[in-house]
Amino acid sequence: MATEPKYILLRAREIPNIDDIDVYLQHGGYEALKKAVKQTPAEVIDEVKKSNLRGRGGAGFPTGVKWSFIPQSEPVKYVAVNADESETGTFKDREIMETNPHQLIEGALICAYAIQATAVYIYLRGEFWDVAHKLDAKIEEARAKGLVGKNIAGSDYSCEVYTHLGAGAYICGEESALLNSLEGKLGQPRVRPPFPAQKGGGLYGEPTVVNNVETLANVPFIIREGADAFKAFGSEQSSGTKIFCVSGHVQKPGNYELPLGSTWRELLYDCAGGPLEGRTIKGILPSGGSGPVIRVTDEMLDMKLTYEDVMKLNSILGSASIIVMDDTVDMVWVASKVTKFFKHESCGKCTPCREGTYWLDKVLDRIMRGEGQMKDVELIENVARNMQGTTLCALGDFAANPIIYTIKNFPEDFKKRVDPNYAPATTAAD
Amino acid sequence: MNPLLTKYAERIAKTLAKYPDKRSAVMPLLYIAQEEYGYVSPEGIDQVAEICDMDPTQVKSVAGFYTMYSEKPKGKYWLQVCTDLACALRGADKFHEELKDYLGVEEGGTTEDGMFTVEHVMCLAACDKAPMLQCNFHFVENLDMEKMKQLIAEWRAGVNAEVQKLSNGSK
Repeated sequence: MATEPKYILLRAREIPNIDDIDVYLQHGGYEALKKAVKQTPAEVIDEVKKSNLRGRGGAGFPTGVKWSFIPQSEPVKYVAVNADESETGTFKDREIMETNPHQLIEGALICAYAIQATAVYIYLRGEFWDVAHKLDAKIEEARAKGLVGKNIAGSDYSCEVYTHLGAGAYICGEESALLNSLEGKLGQPRVRPPFPAQKGGGLYGEPTVVNNVETLANVPFIIREGADAFKAFGSEQSSGTKIFCVSGHVQKPGNYELPLGSTWRELLYDCAGGPLEGRTIKGILPSGGSGPVIRVTDEMLDMKLTYEDVMKLNSILGSASIIVMDDTVDMVWVASKVTKFFKHESCGKCTPCREGTYWLDKVLDRIMRGEGQMKDVELIENVARNMQGTTLCALGDFAANPIIYTIKNFPEDFKKRVDPNYAPATTAAD
Repeated sequence: MNPLLTKYAERIAKTLAKYPDKRSAVMPLLYIAQEEYGYVSPEGIDQVAEICDMDPTQVKSVAGFYTMYSEKPKGKYWLQVCTDLACALRGADKFHEELKDYLGVEEGGTTEDGMFTVEHVMCLAACDKAPMLQCNFHFVENLDMEKMKQLIAEWRAGVNAEVQKLSNGSK
């Protein structure tokens, strides 16, 4: 077996110009695809299942299991690559596509072979205009080597790969909205079942796997080196490495690829350089705007970054878009900022989300102007709770989180906003 | 006759060939219409509808749903500043205000010479390079007002052709 690489995904940091197909090929590129097409689709799916790879887009669903839902008997099937990357604080898929595009193309083709798909559509957010054009050129590079299109790597299997640009809508990162958008409709979520993997539920009604960019970029390593080599990284329930997007109040914001199971301290201090001069870290949004905010403590910093350990902090690892906020930040302002995002991005289909985000924003504006009362804080919490679990997609729940958890974890910030005489010392008794 | 179909025959044919259903081409074709007319104009909507076998009302609803299609003409340089949470923590709100003041425009407004439109947008996936903006869909990152003033001067002088068009042609 090859020596353990430092990077599985952000390989350009070790191997310059790996976006060039010749360099990629020199470093084991497309070997996994060549290996896969000599196996049966079921063998490929089994290896991915064994690796315990979980979806990196946010939901963390086991990838191999997702692939196995596709009914092999259907003649037309699709792979849709979710490159919509629109969660506040997320910028990992862009780096993969810009610096290591062939690994995504290879991973998507292995997925396509495993489910015997006829075509792959890479759905990029519209703002990734330049990325999409580069990716088109990379697809053509691979085609010229016989790795995309007819008879892939000399096998009987043929598959096309296309890019498709969105046009600015967060909701299109939700898988059924993404499929609607690809079909030329409004990017609004669909009623499920049928699920995308089922006949009637996927792209053009055909069974479809929708996977995130980072998820698929892991697949070549798993097939080339084996599931056990992949599981050597991370924990039992969270295998492999993960790209953590660190933004906000740290010395060195950026993407950091670490094995799952690394600690918060390693990520925030060793990698990202810790807080800004003279500041302390107050709170963290671990999954962009959509996950519950965490109050930072010394004890918490030594906890592990895995799907299961972040749940112990009453939050989610999700896409690992870590927004760091120091002691200068007012959490009411954070709630207001994130609410404006969800209000703007609500697609308008479900009433609780459409109306809920509108009213949350209005009342938060009132609190921010200094005209709020404690009953306004109770009101927004009540509105947020009524949005939970009442919408077709998760956006309604996501929009409720910044309200519920900033109030729960930073009540003093709200009290300060609604009561000019509020003295922070009283929080100890709360 | 369909002027878009005549002028962009090859690009449109290439786009339609990607999908089993013509309707899927509506978004790429709306970009072409926007490139041609400077915004998604009523005639652009009609032509896209004809090519995609859709009702113009359906095309208009798609154009209205997505923020990157503009229903009115923008300045030659369409500056979209990310002021979302992660960027705001790194000074993006202040940068956005200063940029509007420097150019003398309100939110969403265009300078009198028609050169610059400034608006704020939601997260653009460049949070580690804040403040940043998108100029005619191309990312410009790690900005401050000093750099911005220099870029504005260059763009006014017609330097940096890369960002001058709404699209660079192949889609």
